[in-house]
Amino acid sequence: MASSRRLSQRQVAPWLFLAPALVMFTIYVLWPIAYSVTLSFYDWNGLYDRDGQFTGRFVGLGNYRELAGDPAFTVSLWNNLKWLVLYMLALPIGLFLAIFLNQTVTGIRLYKSLFFFPFVISQVVVGLMFSWFYAPNFGLFYSLVEWITGRGVAVLADPNLVTYGIIAAGLWPQIAYVLILYLTGLNNVAPDQVEAARLDGAKGWRMLWHVILPQLRPATFIAVIVTVIGALRSFDLVSIMTSGGPFGSSRVLSYYMYEMALGEYGFRMGYGAAIAVVLFAIMMVFISGFIWRMWRQETER
Amino acid sequence: MTRTTSAAAALVGLGLAATAAVGEQRVVTFNSNFDAAPRAIWESVIADFEAAHPDIDIRLNNFDHEAYKTAIRNFLTANPPDLATWFAGNRMRPFVEAGLFADISDVWEENNLSEAMGATEASMTFDGGIYGIPYTYYQWGIYFNRDAYERAGIEPPGTEGMTWDEFLANCETFQAAGIDCVTTGSRALWPVAGIFDYISLRTNGYDWHMQLTNGEIPWTDDSVRRVFAELDRLRPFITANHAAIDWQDAAALIVQGRAAHYVIGNFAVGTFREGGMSDEQLGFMVFPEITPGLPRAEEAPTDTIHLTAGAQNPEDAKTFLAYIASPEAQTRLNAEGGLPPNRNASVADDPFLQTSFESLADASALAQFFDRDAPAEMAQAAMEGFQQFLVQPEQLDAILNRLEQVRQRVYAAQ
Repeated sequence: MASSRRLSQRQVAPWLFLAPALVMFTIYVLWPIAYSVTLSFYDWNGLYDRDGQFTGRFVGLGNYRELAGDPAFTVSLWNNLKWLVLYMLALPIGLFLAIFLNQTVTGIRLYKSLFFFPFVISQVVVGLMFSWFYAPNFGLFYSLVEWITGRGVAVLADPNLVTYGIIAAGLWPQIAYVLILYLTGLNNVAPDQVEAARLDGAKGWRMLWHVILPQLRPATFIAVIVTVIGALRSFDLVSIMTSGGPFGSSRVLSYYMYEMALGEYGFRMGYGAAIAVVLFAIMMVFISGFIWRMWRQETER
Repeated sequence: MTRTTSAAAALVGLGLAATAAVGEQRVVTFNSNFDAAPRAIWESVIADFEAAHPDIDIRLNNFDHEAYKTAIRNFLTANPPDLATWFAGNRMRPFVEAGLFADISDVWEENNLSEAMGATEASMTFDGGIYGIPYTYYQWGIYFNRDAYERAGIEPPGTEGMTWDEFLANCETFQAAGIDCVTTGSRALWPVAGIFDYISLRTNGYDWHMQLTNGEIPWTDDSVRRVFAELDRLRPFITANHAAIDWQDAAALIVQGRAAHYVIGNFAVGTFREGGMSDEQLGFMVFPEITPGLPRAEEAPTDTIHLTAGAQNPEDAKTFLAYIASPEAQTRLNAEGGLPPNRNASVADDPFLQTSFESLADASALAQFFDRDAPAEMAQAAMEGFQQFLVQPEQLDAILNRLEQVRQRVYAAQ
């Protein structure tokens, strides 16, 4: 009797502990995903009629077929790719700055916090600052280019430059983020190994490559993941700096999704949901990689 | 014991009195997105209405201007107020089609509004029903800086404007003087639609423009190319980098005299004045004539107020709508800007409102604005196309083909 009770306790208790999280996860994660996927098969303007009836129309894969031939979608996808690739610059720059700042000099704490600063301020503020920086006629960057070349460049009005301009703005706080990750990582680098390597005559690049970097692998791993996710959800900067313009040249998938589903001229909920599903699929590639690696590490232990 | 009973009785009595007081006043809920200045005027107009109808309580629930455009889609189904502000033309079509706005033809009929507000009736009508009361509209045209004219050595025009060729010839002079002939800030896209609309109205006329926004003309048609050809003539004289600035930034260029003309609505006059421009410096003219002999149509977007289908108190709401349509209310609502749609109302004593009113009074027809005349999706694609053409004119064929694809999809679905 007592043993069976203990058994059931063993079986039931974990689920009881899991239950609150599972319920939340179902309501706020699983259900919205399922709903978005369902919605992506409908053409719906977001309105219910007077009786509260859904007014959408089932179109099957119609939204996806339209996406395939939609130039704006192609532009957004390409821009997302640019974001992904260029955002990775945050890693080497962040690492370099972390190594540079990882020393004991008077006032180093102050210097460190100055470097952290862009990570602390809101993305909206970063976006505003950079829009002024690029602004034609009075922006610092514009005036500087005008002074050097005689002709100012309005980055945010140029369809070929605009995405790079926004990525540069995004890199500023992202580098600070990576810098923090690496600084904490550097704290955990075993000093005895560094010393041993030094005795063996390693220094400079070889020391970095063979001794320091392998020990920073956990930090690098996290930095890659947050940078990838940061690049894919680059919504706020695009929204603040250009609203996707000029004529949609700086759109990314997340912004296009917002525009289609909730923008002033959008309210194509099904189409927006289809974009969300595509973005989700892309993110899943990276998230699955992350989970797979975590799983492997856990089971190895 | 007796004391508690009597206290309880007194409480019940009080409660009854309170309910009676509430019961006497029937509530009409009214959702809106007024900016600060119009909101103050609306509140005083509502106060007057309540004084005349002590049994009706109008509860104004004001939203942020932009957030309202999203919120209305939720509250109309989830928790409909009795009244809501919105825009005329195609912008209200989704709500009418989903049965969320109520037909108020009876209010129009009882108050003889077709006679007093005939000019705006068409933009409120769908399938024989009339779905709202217009309370203000504002006119578009060209505002210019007289000082810029002086510096370029050109005689400033009168309200009647000039011909297109003269205008473009002046533009060359302005350019030589280092002044942007026409400015705009198209970061939010819609300002370029104003320029396109006017060139379209002046090149092919009002009826053609309406056919275009109704999806009856292919974007690849030669008539559309004619409009773009005229736009191309103006293109070199428009402020460079307009795609990176907002309309207020472009207004600053007018104030500073770095640009001469601005194709914009009457609402910009306030911005010019705040920037320090005097009424003597600021000029207004109607958009130049392009095709000789075409009747002059103007852009005049209309703001409206609607009875919702889910209204709890439609009777009193209609009383209020009739009051809003009255000449007295319309005069007051437009006292500090905007024009009253009711022809018996009087226009505020402001030189620019007066000239607007005159320029509209003898206009052959009124267009709403591209994003109100065309369905939302077509408007978004087209405005992006206009902006792209101004930056990359060599892409014209690609732009027109894309717009044609959008047209075929959007209007087929309607």
